[in-house]
Amino acid sequence: MLASDRRLGYALVAPTVIVLVVITGYPLAYNLWNSFHHYVVTSGQPATFNGLANYARLFHGQSFLPALENTAGFTVVSVVLETAIGLALALALNRPFRGRGAVRAAVFIPWAVPTVVSGMLWKSMFDPQQGFVNYVLRVLHLPGGHVTWLANTGTAWGAILVADAWRNTPFMAILLLAGLQVIPSEIYEAARIDGATAWQSFRRITLPMLKPALMVALIFRTLSAFLIYDVVYAMTSGGPGSSTDVLSYLDWRAFLVQSDFGYGGAVAVFLIIVCLAIAAAYVRAFRVETVR
Amino acid sequence: MANVSLERITKIYNNDFEAVHQIDLEIADGEFMVLVGPSGCGKTTVLRMVAGLEEITSGILRIGDRVVNNLSPKDRDIAMVFQNYALYPHMTVGENIGFGLKMRKLGKDEIQRKVRDATAILGLDDWIDRKPGQLSGGQRQRVAMGRAIVRDPSVFLMDEPLSNLDAKLRVHMRAEVSRIQRRLGAPTMYVTHDQTEAMTMGDRVAVLLSGNVQQCDAPQNLYDHPDNLFVAAFIGSPSMNLYEAHFADDGTRLLLGSQSLSLPERIRAARPGLAAYSGRKIIIGLRPEHLPLAGPVDDQVLCGDVDLVEALGSELLVHFTIDAQRVRAEAADEEEEDQFAGRGAGVARVDPRLPIKPGDAVRFAVDVDRMQFFDPATTKAIWA
Ligand SMILES: Nc1ncnc2c1ncn2[C@@H]1O[C@H](COP(=O)(O)OP(=O)(O)OP(=O)(O)O)[C@@H](O)[C@H]1O
Ligand SMILES: [Mg+2]
Repeated sequence: MLASDRRLGYALVAPTVIVLVVITGYPLAYNLWNSFHHYVVTSGQPATFNGLANYARLFHGQSFLPALENTAGFTVVSVVLETAIGLALALALNRPFRGRGAVRAAVFIPWAVPTVVSGMLWKSMFDPQQGFVNYVLRVLHLPGGHVTWLANTGTAWGAILVADAWRNTPFMAILLLAGLQVIPSEIYEAARIDGATAWQSFRRITLPMLKPALMVALIFRTLSAFLIYDVVYAMTSGGPGSSTDVLSYLDWRAFLVQSDFGYGGAVAVFLIIVCLAIAAAYVRAFRVETVR
Repeated sequence: MANVSLERITKIYNNDFEAVHQIDLEIADGEFMVLVGPSGCGKTTVLRMVAGLEEITSGILRIGDRVVNNLSPKDRDIAMVFQNYALYPHMTVGENIGFGLKMRKLGKDEIQRKVRDATAILGLDDWIDRKPGQLSGGQRQRVAMGRAIVRDPSVFLMDEPLSNLDAKLRVHMRAEVSRIQRRLGAPTMYVTHDQTEAMTMGDRVAVLLSGNVQQCDAPQNLYDHPDNLFVAAFIGSPSMNLYEAHFADDGTRLLLGSQSLSLPERIRAARPGLAAYSGRKIIIGLRPEHLPLAGPVDDQVLCGDVDLVEALGSELLVHFTIDAQRVRAEAADEEEEDQFAGRGAGVARVDPRLPIKPGDAVRFAVDVDRMQFFDPATTKAIWA
């Protein structure tokens, strides 16, 4: 590349970089600063440096560790579930059949619904008296027609998982479908001639070639599952008790209910670090090669 | 090893398009059969049906004694080389070549040995750990060949395997593919639209047009004795000069525009069928090499105006025009056809040292004994 080209390149990306620094970098830095201070905005007291005290509170307090456990558990289960269903959906939608375009579009509708809205929607669906879920169970004379879904820890998690999967599996499917579509059909034909069974060609051709798409999808899904907030907020508000509390919801309360910017900041920093670690772990695990 | 036999094989696609119409072909054990024809004539479709990638609408396909119509590709014991190679991009050269063996559950050592043998034959030893993305076009082509030969299949199928290579490499690989095929001895169906490949590689060549076999014969026979106008025009480069002529009433003279050629008694005797065309139109064909420059004693002569001269070193291609109607065969080089459509354009292949230049009026001696005749209505050749 010529030096002048390089300079032009820098000049062209500069505005974006500046905007990113301002709107992402500043809050990050501010947050980090807060996390080392005692700072309750509504107290009217100025922030005072308190070292790692906020971080110590994370691990010695009552709510953080249970919420972390909930969040991690939800992340693992929902990502596994959504990846499996999303991959199955993508594989099905990648096969030619009559009306495929319409079906593809229909499958992706839930993803177009805002998360809070889908949370509210599912909350009403799981309503013990008026809810659609219990209605269907009762009509079909299936057990569970009178369960108060959101009032028990286990069933509340089940409901949250269903709502989250309903909204986000299509996203998984879109990304994986895009990944599947770039695999030339000739390669599958070559594999058939080489004697591969359907399973072998999935295992040896589809999965390895889907790696880049799978990695992107997994990073997106895992991070957003780890940061889950709106579905929980809309459906259970962390209840019953604090049995469905999650880190982002806890952090939201720290900031907006308790106005505790120091503690809230520490939780936020923890979330950021975990997210970076997750992304790095995926990139490492997949080790996508640049050569075709 | 086995022979392959296609009996009235037809393919009708889902959109009701009949891509292949009742094709009969017999490929003997060890034979190199080339399928050639213009784009869209159904070559790939035939190959894919033999491979088992495309369902056969009707007809019977046999490999050896087995009817294989309903067998999946893996049970047909065939290997195929795809036009774009279809290599597995995430596998190394060695893994690509060994994939079929692995799927067939051969032992690791055996796979490794066979892959080594194949890479040795193909000169790929140094690239065995590379991925396809790190190879040149020619090397990828070899890997695709390697994947086919390593399994020692009973039939080889190749769909324009050389079409993505540059001209020089293509000539080289042409010889290489022939050599490998002879060495392995498996019957081979080789698709190409390049008639040079067809002529040089095939034991026999099947010429296809619109899903029909026009003629299937040894290359030289196709060249010397085409069955119809299409084959005559398709085989040979530059293609045969085809003109509309008028047979004089007494059947002894051919009128070509304002010029005429006389037909000696021996030719009329050898081809009694010609008599029926007296006083009618007929199509005559002259290969470019059968139009040398006329000497003073030659009496069968066509005069043409030179448009263009192409010096190829070993020969001179003289593009000329006469005032007869050129016949546009549904074939060959469409660009070339378009360029000369309607005009009496022709090509002669002459001695490269002759001082011929555009604008010259040149007299070509016509080798009437090698002239070919076709019926204007049926386009069938008139040999008898
Ligand atoms: N899946 C399909 N559905 C419908 N028509 C098809 C299909 N595949 C091919 N055809 C048609 O069948 C005809 C033959 O196609 P085919 O691919 O066999 O041609 P070909 O001789 O290999 O041509 P080329 O030299 O361009 O590769 C073409 O007219 C093509 O449009
Ligand atoms: Mg083709």
